[in-house]
Amino acid sequence: MIKQADVVIIGGGVVGCSIAYNLAKAGAGQVVVIERGYLASGATGRCGAGVRMQWGTETNCLLSRESVRLLENLPEVLEVDGDIEFKQGGYLLLAYSEKMVAQFKQNLTLQNSLSIPAQWVTPDQAKEIVPHLNTDGLLGATFCPKDGHANPFKVTSLYAKAAAKLGVKFYTYTEATGLSVKAGKVAAVHTSQGDIATNTIINAAGGYAKAVGCMAGVELPIFPERHEILVTEPVEPMQTPMVMCFYHNLYCQQTPHGSFIMGIGHPDEPETFNIKSSWQFLSEMAARITKILPPLANLNVIRQWAGLYDMCPDRTPILGQDPTVKGFYTAAGFSGHGFMISPVVGQLMAQMVMGQPLLIPINMFSADRFTRGQLFVEPSVV
Amino acid sequence: MTEPVIICRCEDITLADIQERIEQGNHSLEELKRECRCGMGPCQGRTCMPLIAQELAKSLSKPTGEVILPSFRPPTAPISLGALARGSSHD
Repeated sequence: MIKQADVVIIGGGVVGCSIAYNLAKAGAGQVVVIERGYLASGATGRCGAGVRMQWGTETNCLLSRESVRLLENLPEVLEVDGDIEFKQGGYLLLAYSEKMVAQFKQNLTLQNSLSIPAQWVTPDQAKEIVPHLNTDGLLGATFCPKDGHANPFKVTSLYAKAAAKLGVKFYTYTEATGLSVKAGKVAAVHTSQGDIATNTIINAAGGYAKAVGCMAGVELPIFPERHEILVTEPVEPMQTPMVMCFYHNLYCQQTPHGSFIMGIGHPDEPETFNIKSSWQFLSEMAARITKILPPLANLNVIRQWAGLYDMCPDRTPILGQDPTVKGFYTAAGFSGHGFMISPVVGQLMAQMVMGQPLLIPINMFSADRFTRGQLFVEPSVV
Repeated sequence: MTEPVIICRCEDITLADIQERIEQGNHSLEELKRECRCGMGPCQGRTCMPLIAQELAKSLSKPTGEVILPSFRPPTAPISLGALARGSSHD
């Protein structure tokens, strides 16, 4: 194993790989990625694979808009061969209460001011977009045709391939076991395969980001939360957009492969590293989805699984250098929307580490917002 | 065997596909599965996983018994969303 590196990234998910590529491209020197499983074995490979620009805060809109621009041509951008199965079938966000309608309309004004092509649709128009949608009780929806789907494994492996071409070293099946901090500065990463001396560490450990923070003596308010999901057998294309509903707390899309992927958020899910599947999820998911999209009742579920959201109290990530430990950066706490903004997060983290001007101002994502009491709440999350 | 040999029937993956991916450095069933979807179809790998495990063992020159099997996830057999939705109330 390498003994010394300019930057060590802990976590080989899509965020870690995107940061690694962008750092190498920016000339950060020797970049190393430590991953305790294989690449994308954690939250990345377990996520719902959706990509949307319909957000409720300006920063999240910008992060996702710029990420979609990159995803549209990712193999060309990264100069490596591959297909990320990017499909822009749109996202249909359903509104069932007056409060939600008001919030969505407010979001639309914001999104449109940032050139995000989302629009309000009536229940009838929603039915034209998704013919099998049950519009009972539906007050309307917002639709952005440029939102969509990408394959998380393929995106991660494309970033990893591009990074490796630029000299990034990947150590999979290698666990970070501790960090050395000397005089308020990062000094080394200890791993299950040996020690690496470095002055810059990036914590991209997702649900385990808090534990990595502890290794540096840094307290991060990021906690793991299980989210369950299932996939059906593949069928002929019948649903173009992702259907998402904050009221029923669910999302459901048909992937380019033909299978339907769907999940629900559970309000009572405790803080836990548990990623086991539950039978309650199957019946709850089935009951809710067959009400909204009745013909899906005929589809066979072939597999269910779970993964961890890396939750922040305000459902917004922590991005940046720790105010107390120099050289310790965090890119975690994505609260369920890390995959879709990972292309831009990689650019921003690289710009931060290199001391370059930032593409998008993201000071509000710094970890000390919690001590200042300036939370940055994202209203639109399942 | 000169014809293309299908090793995963659900996802149409050939033996050559698998061998190529092993050569590219995917040395576990979990990684192979995520690279090409082998074992992710309706049969959930019942047919192909033992075969692919053998191929992996051959390539890595180790006993098949040492190849770690991927996670087996519920449900055991495909079941329709309609049946599951009705399942919460007793007949």
